[in-house]
Amino acid sequence: MPPSFTGFTEKKMEDVALEIEYDHPKSRYLRTERLPHIWCPGCGIGIVLNSYLEAVGKSGIPAEDIVLVSGIGCTARLPGYSNIDSYHTIHGRGIAFATGMKVANPALRVSVISGDGDLFNIGGNHIMHAARRNVDMLVICVNNFNYGMTGGQHGATTPIGSRTASSPYGSTEDSFNLPYIMAALGASYVARWTVLHVRQLVQSITRGMKHRGFSFIEILSTCPPNFGKDNNFPSGFSEMEHYRQFCTVDNTANLREISIDFLAKKPIVLGEFVNERRKTYHEREEQVMKMAQGDQQ
Amino acid sequence: MKKFINKGQHFMNGNYACVEAAILAGCRFYGGYPITPSSEILEGMSARLPEVGGHFIEMEDEIGSIAAVLGASNAGLKAMTATSGPGFSLMQEGIGLAMITETPCVIVDEMRAGPSTGIPTRVSQGDVMQGRWGTHGDVETIAYAPNSVQEMFDLTIEAFNQSENYRQPVFIMADQVVGHMSEKIVINDPDEYHVTERITRNSHDDSMTVFDYSRDFTPMFLPGKGFHGMVDSLSHDERGYPSNSPEVGDMMMGHLLGKIRNNRDKIVRYEEFMLEDADIVIVAYGILSRVAERVVTDGRKNGLKIGMFRPVTLWPFPDHEIERLSENAERIVVAEINYGQYSHPVREYSRIPVEEIHFIPAALPSPEAMLRSVLKSPEPRAIKGGVSK
Repeated sequence: MPPSFTGFTEKKMEDVALEIEYDHPKSRYLRTERLPHIWCPGCGIGIVLNSYLEAVGKSGIPAEDIVLVSGIGCTARLPGYSNIDSYHTIHGRGIAFATGMKVANPALRVSVISGDGDLFNIGGNHIMHAARRNVDMLVICVNNFNYGMTGGQHGATTPIGSRTASSPYGSTEDSFNLPYIMAALGASYVARWTVLHVRQLVQSITRGMKHRGFSFIEILSTCPPNFGKDNNFPSGFSEMEHYRQFCTVDNTANLREISIDFLAKKPIVLGEFVNERRKTYHEREEQVMKMAQGDQQ
Repeated sequence: MKKFINKGQHFMNGNYACVEAAILAGCRFYGGYPITPSSEILEGMSARLPEVGGHFIEMEDEIGSIAAVLGASNAGLKAMTATSGPGFSLMQEGIGLAMITETPCVIVDEMRAGPSTGIPTRVSQGDVMQGRWGTHGDVETIAYAPNSVQEMFDLTIEAFNQSENYRQPVFIMADQVVGHMSEKIVINDPDEYHVTERITRNSHDDSMTVFDYSRDFTPMFLPGKGFHGMVDSLSHDERGYPSNSPEVGDMMMGHLLGKIRNNRDKIVRYEEFMLEDADIVIVAYGILSRVAERVVTDGRKNGLKIGMFRPVTLWPFPDHEIERLSENAERIVVAEINYGQYSHPVREYSRIPVEEIHFIPAALPSPEAMLRSVLKSPEPRAIKGGVSK
């Protein structure tokens, strides 16, 4: 029932607030009793949660068919706030867990939503092989360029030169260029957006969910208290402003050249880089089953 | 399509017996990584599972294997993996996840000489304490130690049943010899085996939370059925929601540990061999119990009052039984193929001093060698060229 403002004077303020909260368009997809969430002011993960739930509605896929899996970290808490079957597993292993789940029950629509550290540092081996196998799942990597939950240490996605809690002189390692890696590994849908580009993001998540095969979306996020404060982004707004100024959309970009370098003020290339159809793990497994069962008849 | 193995006598090795038993027990998912001496289980499953409509996947490593097994089990299939010491080490964090999320599965660990890569093709019993305390935090584990190909078959079925009964991972801690040895086994008609089916909830029931800490067993919910459930590796309340509260953590732990401790007598299994009047009790498990059995038979022929106690479940530990034995025995001698592991809990529960015999990992001793060691006791046996006690 939509909130009614007509009897406003007769109602207590709290009642109206409750009614409005209850009728929030996303509340049916949220475990509202778990709110407020743990994310810091200025964090972009809430935008990702909102965008994902928006995409669930748009995709036409019944929420009951969806399973959310995550590893460990700030982003890995996202599934726990959604009122969708969710599995918060151990650090780095979300994709391997999701692989078992999808293979065991191919009818499930599996999404893995986790952070850059979880998916590409400790969990790098699993994302590599899930993409190669073309397991039919959507992987959303929220990239905040650091390990947020442990206090802002550098990792494989930290742009070179960035100061973090464990690179006080500036990171000396080259960082991963995620769309380039994922395309090379065989992911059949690859896109990159930021938490500023919400419209494109919702559309991309909707496509990724409906895409048959391994889909990967990198979402550049904000992390003011950990990454931002030492890297010229003291607030979520300032990092958003950087995205507004430096992002360009180019679906046909040469992926080799789209690494991220904040210090050099390099343009940040966004877009939907790969969208192709190849046989999924499940389709190939079905052939094996036919062979195995045919042999015995 | 051949669903189950023909009943009757077979000559096969322990690994293939494990495969056939798993199929019979209803296992329909295998996620694994090749490792000596367990690889035949992986190979056997790759051929057999597709025949019965099950799913086989060779994962990128053992960490991925256990994670995939837990994902599959949570999706509703009975699932297993098999490995050896190095892989078992890698799986320990995943085993903790299985414990806290109460996910049933079976993990075969075929022990080979360690530590590290050790001697991959040779026998050891060096992982028995890892099967108890391998993962971090407090857990109560269930671990079987088969001593024959027949037991590899029978205990694999029992392991699946118990993992469903108690909703937790169950280990089969076989040694390399049991996996690779071929011998005669007898397989009955599939209907003659008791198989515990997975009990699940199909749709959302508001009166039921994801977990129920007041009972030892709560039916699992399956994803994709509208339950809107949450499963978390963090300490969680009965709704599955994470919590930092020590009280909630204590409630959860009380449930996780209690479901095994309360049912200890239904889980613990052991075998007694010529113990009625025995002054000397050999405690041996796994393949070494076959050697000990011969030592007892030979010893009896020579007038020794000797017998054997064999834990079939290494864990939970047969504590009452060891206490009872130690009241009548003159000597308790723990024999194992490691440098002293299972002797520790035996000593904890024995009322008399416990002697240890260590056999060098990588070699199965002859009955003569074991008998000599037993008779030399209580002087601890010095291991030539190795560690002496």
